[in-house]
Amino acid sequence: MITKMTVTNIHVIDQNSAYDFYVNKLGFNLVDDIPMGPDTRWLTVSPPDQPDLQLVLFPVKVSKMFPKETAETLISLIKQGIFGCGVLTCNDIFATYEELVAKGVEFIKPPSKEFYGTEALFKDDSGNYFSLQPLNNFGNENNI
Amino acid sequence: MSSKQEFTYPKIYLYRRIVQSKLFIDSNYAKHIDLDNISDEAFFSKFHFIRLFKNVYGKTPHQYLKAVRIENAKKLLKNGESVSEVCFLVGFDSLSSFSGLFKRMVGQSASTYAAIHKQNKALAAKTPLAFIPGCYAYQHGWSENSNFEETDL
Repeated sequence: MITKMTVTNIHVIDQNSAYDFYVNKLGFNLVDDIPMGPDTRWLTVSPPDQPDLQLVLFPVKVSKMFPKETAETLISLIKQGIFGCGVLTCNDIFATYEELVAKGVEFIKPPSKEFYGTEALFKDDSGNYFSLQPLNNFGNENNI
Repeated sequence: MSSKQEFTYPKIYLYRRIVQSKLFIDSNYAKHIDLDNISDEAFFSKFHFIRLFKNVYGKTPHQYLKAVRIENAKKLLKNGESVSEVCFLVGFDSLSSFSGLFKRMVGQSASTYAAIHKQNKALAAKTPLAFIPGCYAYQHGWSENSNFEETDL
């Protein structure tokens, strides 16, 4: 039986910029950064409390995997903000929001009460977006 | 959509001061940080500051500072810095207090941690494919005998 997810992709446009965003702004831990030829790295990060999940910062560029037309289409869609990459969980959504804003992260939506709980939306440096939600999404989200 | 200026929520001013204190620790962990000064700058009494900080981050400012120092020590050790250099680079005055705290928080000594990562780094340089799931390597056209240049179509 399947037991857990260990590796998944985030398609990014520039790996250097993605490294800065995920490590220096979001505070993810670097797992692997292995040069794999010119301009390509095997670059993976993990959320701080989830060391057994590797997010591959996967560059979209013309390659064996992405023919020219596919790469161009994918880059265009990422830049348009079409792709939601998932839900990231935090202990305190207001503190996390304030910290990420201070670090220059672009929010599409500040923390807002929705029928399904409190949520904010932000974009990464490529254009992928994430939902940010507190751990206890139906409790008292304001910890102060 | 909404900008930061338009957006507000209860006790926003307290949140911003606590977050600024946390960011101050993140930037200045390597220096001698006097937590009394941080609470003064944030316009809090020391005990009020500690309580609010713990409510938000689950740790007192002092516990958080220790955790930041040890996390940064791990990064420096991974980069090949010596244990004694790292001790002072992350703001400790005493090698024995750094070593003791590192072992308590990480579960292994700083020198063991450094040795394991040095070994892994050498292995990754020699056999990078050992660290990459085979399906990815296959899709990229990376193989043991390649020079890892991607194949353009």
